Amino acid sequence: MNNRESLKADIPATSVAAERPTNVLIVGVGGQGVIMVSKVLASLSQELGYQVKQSEVHGMAKRGGAVFSHVRFGSSVFSPTILEGDADILVALEWAEGLRWLPYLNQESGTFITDTQHIIPPFACRDRGRGAVSGYTRETVPEVMDSVTNSFALDAAEIATELGVPKASNTVLLGALSTALEFPVAAWKSVISKFVPSKTIEANTRAFDAGREWALSFDRETQLKDWTDRTKQDPEKTTDSSADVVSTLEITEAWCKGCDICVKFCPERCLAMDARQIAILTHPDRCTGCRICEWLCPDLAITVHTSKNNIST
Amino acid sequence: MDLEVGKVEIVSAPETHTMMGNEALARGVWESGVRVAVAYPGTPSTEIMEAVGKYPCEDIEAQWATNEKVALDVAIGASFAGERAFAAMKHVGLNVALDSLMSQTYIGVNGGLVLVVCDDPGIHSSQNEQDTRLLAALAMVPVLEPSDAQEALEFVRIAFEISERFDTPVIVRSTTRLSHTRSVVEVGERLPVSAFGFKDNPLKNVMIPAHARLRHPMLLEREQALAEYCISSPLNRWEEGSADYGIITTGISYSYVKEVAPDAHVLKLGITWPVRSEKLRAFCASVKRILVVEELEPVVEQAVRDMGFEVEGKTLFSREGEFSPRIVHDGLAKAGLLPAQVGARGLNSQPLVRPPVLCAGCPHTSSYMALRTVDARVCGDIGCYTLAVVEPLRAIDVCVAMGSSIGMAVGMAKAGTESKPIVATIGDSTFLHAGVPPLIDAVYNQANITVMILDNHTTAMTGGQDHAGTGVTLRGEATEKVNFEELVRSVGVKWVRYVDSYDLASMYQTLREATEFKGVSVLISDRPCVLDPVKIRGEAYRIKSESCVACQACMNLGCPAIAWIDETYDGHRKVGIDTGQCMGCSLCAQVCPSNAIQLASL
Repeated sequence: MNNRESLKADIPATSVAAERPTNVLIVGVGGQGVIMVSKVLASLSQELGYQVKQSEVHGMAKRGGAVFSHVRFGSSVFSPTILEGDADILVALEWAEGLRWLPYLNQESGTFITDTQHIIPPFACRDRGRGAVSGYTRETVPEVMDSVTNSFALDAAEIATELGVPKASNTVLLGALSTALEFPVAAWKSVISKFVPSKTIEANTRAFDAGREWALSFDRETQLKDWTDRTKQDPEKTTDSSADVVSTLEITEAWCKGCDICVKFCPERCLAMDARQIAILTHPDRCTGCRICEWLCPDLAITVHTSKNNIST
Repeated sequence: MDLEVGKVEIVSAPETHTMMGNEALARGVWESGVRVAVAYPGTPSTEIMEAVGKYPCEDIEAQWATNEKVALDVAIGASFAGERAFAAMKHVGLNVALDSLMSQTYIGVNGGLVLVVCDDPGIHSSQNEQDTRLLAALAMVPVLEPSDAQEALEFVRIAFEISERFDTPVIVRSTTRLSHTRSVVEVGERLPVSAFGFKDNPLKNVMIPAHARLRHPMLLEREQALAEYCISSPLNRWEEGSADYGIITTGISYSYVKEVAPDAHVLKLGITWPVRSEKLRAFCASVKRILVVEELEPVVEQAVRDMGFEVEGKTLFSREGEFSPRIVHDGLAKAGLLPAQVGARGLNSQPLVRPPVLCAGCPHTSSYMALRTVDARVCGDIGCYTLAVVEPLRAIDVCVAMGSSIGMAVGMAKAGTESKPIVATIGDSTFLHAGVPPLIDAVYNQANITVMILDNHTTAMTGGQDHAGTGVTLRGEATEKVNFEELVRSVGVKWVRYVDSYDLASMYQTLREATEFKGVSVLISDRPCVLDPVKIRGEAYRIKSESCVACQACMNLGCPAIAWIDETYDGHRKVGIDTGQCMGCSLCAQVCPSNAIQLASL
């Protein structure tokens, strides 16, 4: 690398000082390998002679919840968890999780290394209405790069997929992380090889190298421009025109035989059976016009009409 | 009384291992020469018994009990028989075992008897955050509180010494943070403990009123002896500082105190029952200002106040939730002892809500879809399936404690106010834990309820432990397997059906029939957990977006593999399946009204 020296200024290597422990917070979503990444780091720093504490909370991790692991190492470590605002490095395996934990990062000197991967939880897609907007985080990479001084956002999944090892994106992040800590590269690789299946050691080594290479050749301006372009191409589309469209439900009473299916399956619970065992719309305000009742009615007794706001068709 | 207990010499080659707190506790159990170790799984304590189960069978019996009371009773039996015995449980597990503990404390021990109880400050994975120290005080049983994995190991060894020396059960209290923090632990050898053998002594071993009246005064004497031991015990450590204030702290809070206030005088209490001792008094008298940093209840603080000292504790450090270095720092800043933290974050991001959800392909999904559809009044229970309380399944109305669902359903039915069908839902492991007696009660009292046993063939919530219904022991040996249908029929239930959890139509139909049955009906929803003991993968499904009508019927499953895509139909969001996550349960294909969901290969 011809420009390695100049780039070093960009990626601040966190020196492992004797007087205070180094704090690395690793975050992501259950199943991504947060614990594997933190175990590699903990094991490595232990092999290099530091006292280490690694703390996480089990229980909900497998079920797609947020997962975090504190790794602290130094000559002497008391607390297993990091003081909020005192993390030297925040490694995020998922974009929104990184943003969630940013308050833990040391505002002046902290380094933020994050995958740009989005894992969208079912909770972010909880609106059946027209023109619904995802509840996923809105911040873009350029916005975060602007507000967090030492931030490094990489599409680790893409890098790993290009190498033919799509599952090794966390090893790509370890490669990027390796440039922020003054540990020998050979030691990193040796520890990683103990934590991955033996037949994937070679693939993971390549993923590690790729992540490291990415970080070493990181150029803030190019990245910023690149991500700004990408963000422009891919804004979340909100169908503004559909916002003023309303749905109305027409129930042909003569055809309804009172089977109750529409009532049972309406996700918003806006239908009921009346005294005559005929389906009626009891909560028109809740109806999103999703048409499940129309699709499921065995007697074709329900039709959903759409119209522009306040103008009947 | 010999007060040298606790000065354990670790006879070891300086061998070190990286261990989770729970693994260190297990190591302590093995090193102490324990012969019988028992537990019922419960976060954050589960890994203790899993780790004990990795030590040689010749050394130690390690087994899952059907519940915590059984676990403690088994351990008590082993203690009576003259061997060292151990039981592990989470904080609410101690409630289940408390009945036995309250009597056993009168009896004392033969072989040493130690319980590890893991509290969950912050309620990471529990139904409350009760403080075990209060229950221990009620039972007048010593409590040891380690502050890291190394101490976890050593305190267990010391706990056995205290147990035998003072003739008492002993509780070692852990918390979620300690149980789940990994650090380097220097380990020792297994102690050669020779069995005491059974000691015939009905006056001590049989708690009839006449005997119990004799034992109670001895309990009070034991408290006194333990208080004297607290003076000399190295577990209560006085660390000189340079500041003019003193902090009394326990457990994991000690590490936060050392982190943020390295200059303070510190009294680190390793024993928090009995808490009053001359050492505590001497420390309080030696400093100008006394602060107590302890998670949850003000146990130590109250003791200091009772001794006549002015003390600050819960006015600075919350009585609820888990502590952190930040909370301890802010409390000390509030007291004017540390500078306040300044500065706000540059980026003010609205955090994304990401609650835990049922897994892709979770067999519980269809049960709760059907329950929502029949519009039942649902009494829930403790397990992964409690997650069905949130949208989109939102099919649990009440949930209290392990096994409560069936009893509550009986009560609701007897109250007679409910027009909806009343259904209790309970997992296989929870049913065996505390669901059988209330089922018998329901039959006996002729309640009109439906019980859904959600049999996923494992204790899923805690990471997939075996139980009496799986036919496999903790050590992995094949054993007798509870036949749920035979069990249920034997107590007098006349209506019992199995349903394949992945057959939604059958689930709807059978649940409807079950709720129409007058009396106790039991529906067993039967499919293995998709994660444990083996991760189940089938061919993934995909959504043909040209056929998707964006009704989002499939989104009603709450499946994490299904999310919106950018395309719309009639202004509504179409959906797509993450084939990496999909394990092919087919439930979404079963609910799709436009047949847009098909196997990926088609």
